[in-house]
This record gives sequence, structure tokens and C-alpha cells, in this order.
Amino acid sequence: MRRGRVGLAAILPFLWLALFFAFPFLLVTKLSLSHTVLAIPPYAPQLDLSQGLAGLKVFLDGLDTTTYARLAQDRLYLDAYLSSLRIAAMAAVLLLLIGYPIAYGISRCPPGLRLALVMAVILPFWTSFLIRIYAWIAILKPAGILNAALAGLGLPPVDILNTETAVLLGLVYAYLPFMVLPLYAVLDRQDESLIEAAQDLGATPLAAFWRVTFPLSLPGAAAGALLCFIPMAGEFVIPDLLGGSETLMLGRVIWTEFFANRDWPAASAVAIVLLATLAVPILLFEREQGKVLS
Amino acid sequence: MSGRPQIGGARQTFAPWDDPAARPLVRFEGVSKGFDGAVAVDDVSLSIYEREFFALLGPSGCGKTTLMRLLAGFETPDAGRILLEGRDLGPEPPHRRPVHMMFQAYALFPHLSVAENIAFGLKRQGVARAEIAARIEEMLALVKLEGLGRRRPDQLSGGQRQRVALARALAPRPRILLLDEPMAALDKKLREETQFELMALQQTLGTTFMIVTHDQDEAMVVADRIAVMREGRIVQVGRPVEIYEAPADRYVAGFVGDVNLFEGRIAACEGPLIRLATDDGALDAEGAGVVGDAAWLAVRPEKVAVHTEPPADGRNRLAGTVLDYGYLGDWTTYLVETRPGRTIRAARANATRTLLRPLGCGDPVWLTFAPSSAVVLTK
Amino acid sequence: MGRGPSAFNIVSVVLGLAFLYAPIVILVVYSFNASRLVTVWGGFSTRWYAALFQDRQMLDAIWVTLRVGVLSATIATVLGVIAALALVRGGFRGRLALAGGIYATLVMPEVILGLSLLLLFVAAGLPRGFWTVTLSHATLTLAYATVVVQARLRSFDVGLEEAAQDLGCPPWKAFVLVTLPVIAPAVAAAWMLAFTLSLDDLVIASFTSGPGATTLPMRLYSQVRLGVDPKINAVSTLLIGLVATGVIAVYLVQQRDERHKRLGLGHT
Repeated sequence: MRRGRVGLAAILPFLWLALFFAFPFLLVTKLSLSHTVLAIPPYAPQLDLSQGLAGLKVFLDGLDTTTYARLAQDRLYLDAYLSSLRIAAMAAVLLLLIGYPIAYGISRCPPGLRLALVMAVILPFWTSFLIRIYAWIAILKPAGILNAALAGLGLPPVDILNTETAVLLGLVYAYLPFMVLPLYAVLDRQDESLIEAAQDLGATPLAAFWRVTFPLSLPGAAAGALLCFIPMAGEFVIPDLLGGSETLMLGRVIWTEFFANRDWPAASAVAIVLLATLAVPILLFEREQGKVLS
Repeated sequence: MSGRPQIGGARQTFAPWDDPAARPLVRFEGVSKGFDGAVAVDDVSLSIYEREFFALLGPSGCGKTTLMRLLAGFETPDAGRILLEGRDLGPEPPHRRPVHMMFQAYALFPHLSVAENIAFGLKRQGVARAEIAARIEEMLALVKLEGLGRRRPDQLSGGQRQRVALARALAPRPRILLLDEPMAALDKKLREETQFELMALQQTLGTTFMIVTHDQDEAMVVADRIAVMREGRIVQVGRPVEIYEAPADRYVAGFVGDVNLFEGRIAACEGPLIRLATDDGALDAEGAGVVGDAAWLAVRPEKVAVHTEPPADGRNRLAGTVLDYGYLGDWTTYLVETRPGRTIRAARANATRTLLRPLGCGDPVWLTFAPSSAVVLTK
Repeated sequence: MGRGPSAFNIVSVVLGLAFLYAPIVILVVYSFNASRLVTVWGGFSTRWYAALFQDRQMLDAIWVTLRVGVLSATIATVLGVIAALALVRGGFRGRLALAGGIYATLVMPEVILGLSLLLLFVAAGLPRGFWTVTLSHATLTLAYATVVVQARLRSFDVGLEEAAQDLGCPPWKAFVLVTLPVIAPAVAAAWMLAFTLSLDDLVIASFTSGPGATTLPMRLYSQVRLGVDPKINAVSTLLIGLVATGVIAVYLVQQRDERHKRLGLGHT
């Protein structure tokens, strides 16, 4: 009986997501099949329901795939598409390599300290993302803190602001908590007696790690990698502030098409392509989360 | 499999602990271990012999698991040392000790199949591939799990998992197998079956077993010798019959089985017999002591006879009325009130089949027990 | 009785935390730097804070951001609690679809979310401004609030609620009197998280906001594009201080609850 009542109330968030999350994707799809015009809103055709079915027919006839054809012909979009995926994948690998030792280190600490360390990892995430990325500009710029420190050590200066390296650094920095937390969750849940059993059966501590701890933590690694990869592939702020003009990523392309070029159909078409590409990782992520749920 | 006696029969002849020339397989020497100021194991010295089935018995928190983990190498003693075949195990990490453990919740690797679980220890020893395959089959046959090698632990029943854990710990042929509450997760019926299988297995293999349990029945059934632990110390070590019939003190008497205790002072010593002056009158029992000392007479309920007519002999005789009784099928336990506030337990085997109720609440009865069936304890 | 951390473990954690905190520390330190140049320490000064409080546009943006944050976080938390209940207690047909929507929102690139919400408002003929940003933020943060509450609800003993019903409470009252007080810390954490995310969002706000509803991140972004401005360090430090105080307060309250639990004073 209680279930029925929860079910009834659940219609609220359900409707909310249907209206504000699912339905708008139809609008994006529709717009990606429209053309740019100099008007407000800056696209055609418009659906005019006052003319009834005839209006719907005129509207449907007005839709076509010319925007996609335009995107396919322009090297810029393809380059941006490929470099988005490449940079997001590289950052995900770096995050795994950096995040794993941190998560593992925390899980080895005494229980009281563990909670405090997890909090310490999350805390920066609570402070403004924009501000944390902005801080890196001050560090990385040619006359910035990094080069001042390098000069102090008698080392040659580096110029990495406005390069792909800076973008990777920013991505790793901003998404690190999202990698550490799922990894920590699986590592912390792991039964200590499994490690003892492995050592009891003759495994050195290192062998026990590789044969037992590591394989059992792979679901957490997958969850963390997906949790980071998907939003990173569409990231805007980090490539925009740290990447300079040479780093092309789809998030920036959508932003530029929309705000600078006022080409709403192109922005929508790029969004649809990105969404279609991310559909598989998103479904994988949902399956991983579903496993955690059950 | 020479020399190792079979169940029953000549079992008594296996007693290396009585042989001063015998070298123990494992020797604890004055071992102590504390956690955050609390003492878990307190100055324990103990010898375990080759081919022995040894039980550590005690309530939870008595230090028995810590003692086992010290032997496995998961804890380091604060004081004392542990010897295996005369060699100090002190510096050896767990993975280099030829001691394997069957974990309480089994600790089966969930990402590995049954066969891979069993092979785990063999691979660490660098056993050849063909040899590993053969050993897996041998182990699966030993624990009667033929054909289940490819299953994952979560596809097995509780009893099957327990067998896999056993096979995994036995596969690398440990010098001593440690079993941490191995049957805690099984239901009563399965537990009893498993106890006998475990004994048979131990005799077939000739491996030394050390079991940790809080279940006195289990320890009595499976073990050659039992060490009763309390608050980190070993109170008594002996064969099950010694623990039961000649407990070292009131704690052991009460922990292993039911017991009636009579508090009093030693009034006289007559050879092996002691006369104790108690509030229930003068009672006789076997034991040793000094006249005038405080002492306790302990007698097991099944050794107390229940009479419906006053018996002729006047020794160790108490009159009372049945306060309550519990019918257990094989036994009936009577609670007899001998004077206000004083009750004594007596158990009677239901040797003949009858639906008649011979005794009921309020019936007058007389209790007797032979002096040789009771024991005087001074602690 | 677990083994302690190895030297490698300790070094990993320390380096990781240093990496996470170094930029924040630098930012805070330079907000008190009298010099305009980041590499030059011109002595301690609060001049950038003074300048900040004379920046009308910045103050307006902060005010808009706080109002959007409080409102959207409240909507998201109410909906999130209901959604979490539905996900954990299950039993209705749309459960999988709801879970799918929640997790998809969690990972969806913000540009896509922002663009799609904007198109919705344009199609609906809603003028862009304060309300459209608030609705958009509620949508974004709903997913996070749900996940936080759901994690707590999963370990909640349904027996408590059943006991309340057994003692005569109708289900909704059992929820209000028993479940809600027990999960209150998680609900508070969910609200805080939703509020922080709203405070922090640039991309979705840029798409869905209109004239007169410029949020702080939008204002900061346009400043940052013009170059490093010590005033930004000052406002950042204030934001960091605000959030850190809130988070640490919640942490301390939770610690106290934990201690009570250990002493057997609290509820499950």
C-alpha cells in the first residue's frame, strides 16, 4: 500500500524530468533539422499550429538535413569532434592513474582518518569550479607562479597556458574527486579478509593487490572513468579558459555557434552528434549504477 | 596413513602430548598480545602435535581468534614467541608461513571460479600447471564438489562454499590448517554432518587441524584435545573427557555442559574422597584439597538420579519437589527444588518409549549421586 | 585490525591533496596581496575586498545568484527526496526510466543541457531571466540531490516506519515523524550540494539567463576573459570561506551524530 503512495508521488520528479530533461532533446533534434534566418528566434521553419494540419505539413516539409551536411563538409567540426574524444579519453586515463593511488591510499588509512580524507577530497569540489580553473591561469601564465618557481630552482620556464597540456591538467584537476570517490567506494567496501586469505595462501602483499584488490576494484574504475569521460567530452569552461584558440572541443563549438555566430541549428546539430556519441558511455554508466542499486 | 587411530576403538592410544620425547609441531611460548591497552592474549604457552585435531574453545572475546591469527601471522605477539617444528615464526610474514586458514565467512574470492580459488595458493607456490589441474580435481573430490569447478562462489550454497574454503586452504598442503569457526554459518543439521566429515577428512589426510569455536559440543565431537580459554588465558588443556569429567575449575565446569554446584568447606579427606560441609548438608565427592578450605562440589545433571521413593543409602541424598521439567525427546531435564530458592538439575535418559508422564510439577522426589560421579573444585 | 598505510599510500594521498589544494591556497593568499601582479608580493592588504564592495555590478550578480541558489536548491531537494523514495522503495513502473533520467542528468555535458533548456523556454515563449535560470538549476541539481538522499535511504531501516504505522500513524505521517528526522542530515547535505552547484554554474546560466539576471559566475567569466583581476581573488575567497564553513559545520554535526550513535544515544 505504501508502495502505491510512493508511486503516486513519484510522478512529480518524473514529470519534471520529462518536461525539463527529455522533452527539450526533441526540440534540439527538431532545431538541428532547421535553417538559420535573420529573425527572432533565429531559425526556420516555425511550427504554426493556428493553421491546423496544413501548418504541421508546411513545418515538416521545411525540415531537412542540410545543417548536418554542412557540418560534415567542414574539417573544423570533424577535428573538434575527434579532439574532444581524444582529450577526454586521455584525461580519463590520467585520472585513473592519478586517482587510483589516492583512493587506495585513503582506503588503507585508519577508519577515523578515512572519513576526514574523503571530506578533504570532496571539499574543493564544493568551491567554485570557475574560480579553481581561473586559479590555474595565474599559475600557468608565462609570468605566473609556476615559472617563478621554476626560475627560483634555476630551471627554464615553460609556456603551457593555452595548450592542450593545460587543458589536460585542468580536466584532471577538476574531475579528480569524481574519479577518487567511486574508486574509494569499491576499495573501502572490500572485505579485508580477502586480502588476508590471499596472503595466507602465499601471496606477497603486492601479489595480493594485483590478484584480488585490483580486479575487484574494476567496477569502481569503470564507474569513475565514465563519470568523468562523459561530461569532459562536452566540457566548455576548461578548454575555453586554459586551452586558448588552438584547442578545439565540441563544448566550445556549441557555445561559439550559439553565442557568437547565432547559428542555432548548427549548435543543435553538434549537440545531437555529441549526444549520439555519448549515448553508449551513458548507457554503460547507467548499467554500472544499476548494479550498485541492486 | 600409518599410526593414526580411527574414530572410536583405539582412539585413546593417540596421545603424543603424554610422551615426553615427542616434539610439538607448534609451540606457543609465553605469547601475549594486546589491542589499545586491552589484553587479548595473556602469556599463553601451548603445544600442538603433528596429526592432532586441536580445539580452542571459549566465549567470544576470550582471545581464541587472536591466538589463531598470531599463528597465521596476521598479528605480531607483544611478547613471547611461536615455534613451528622448532623454528621461530616471528619474522615470517603470513604469505611465507606453511600455515593456512579457513576464514570464518570463508573469504572466497568472488571474481574467481571455484577451481581458480583452489588454485590460488598453488600458483603462489609455483606448482606446475598440470600438477595444479590434478590437485584441483583431487581437492574437489575430497570435499565432494566434483564438477563444480567452473562455478563462481555466488552460485554455490552455504555448505558448498564452506567446502570450497576448506579445499582452498588444504590444496597447498599446509603443515597445519587453521579453522576459524568453520561451521558458524551452517544450520544445525548440516553442522553435525560436517563435523563428522571434517574428522574423517583430517584422518585421511593426516594434517594437523586447529579449530577455533565457541560451541562446546563441536569442540567435544571433533577434537583430540581442547584448550578452554577465558580472558586471554588458557584455563585448561585436555582431552574432551578430561575437560568434561575433571574440569579444572568452576568456569570450565560451567562453560562445558550443565553443572550443579554446591558451595562449602572441606570437612574431611578420606583417601580419594572429600567430605564437604554445605548448606545442603554433608556431601561426598572425589578430589583433592585441604581441610578447612572453601570448595565447590560439581555434579552434572545426568549423573543425578531421580527417585520417586526414598532411597535406602543416605549418602549424597537430597529430598525435594519437581519445580519444572523440560522434555527434549532423548532426555528429560528436571528442575528440583530442595529448599526455598535452591534448585538442582537432574537429567534422565528416556531409554524406553512411553507416552506416560512419570513425573510432574509438584511431585516429591529424592535425588542421589555417587561420590565418584561428582568432583570437588577448589577454584 | 587492518594494516596501516604504507609509505607509498601516504605519499599518494599527501601529493593528491596538495594538488587539489595548492591553487585554492594561492588564490586565497593573493586576494590579500597589495600588488596587482600575481608573482609579486606587495604586502598584506584588503584593498581588493574594499574594491569589491564598491562594485555595484558584482554585488548585484551575487544577490541574483544567492536567490537563484536558495530557490532552485529547495525545489530540487523536495523533488529529490520524492525521487529517492521512489528509487529505493521501488514498485512503480517508471522506476527504471526515472533512474535513467537521474543518472543521465548527472553526466550530461552542461552545454547540451543548457542549449536544450533554452530551446524549451523559447518554444514555450517564456522570457529568459531569473525564473528560467531557477528552473534550469533545479533540473540540474535534482539529480545530485536524489543521489545523496537515495544513498542514505538505502541504509534506512524500513522497520522503523512500519513500527510507526503499526502504532497508528498513517503512512505520510510515519514518513514525516520517523523517516524524515532520521534522514534529515542527508536532506540537508543534498540541499547544500544543490545550492553550491547552482552557485557555481556558468554554462547553463549563460544559456538560460536574460537581461537583468546576470549571475556571479557569468560576471566572473566576463571578467576572467579580460585578464587576471585581484577582485576576483577576493570574491573567490569569500565564496570559498562561505562554502567551507557550511561544509565543515555539516561535517561536525555528522561527527557528533556518529559519536552519539556509538554511545547509543541517537537513532539508527
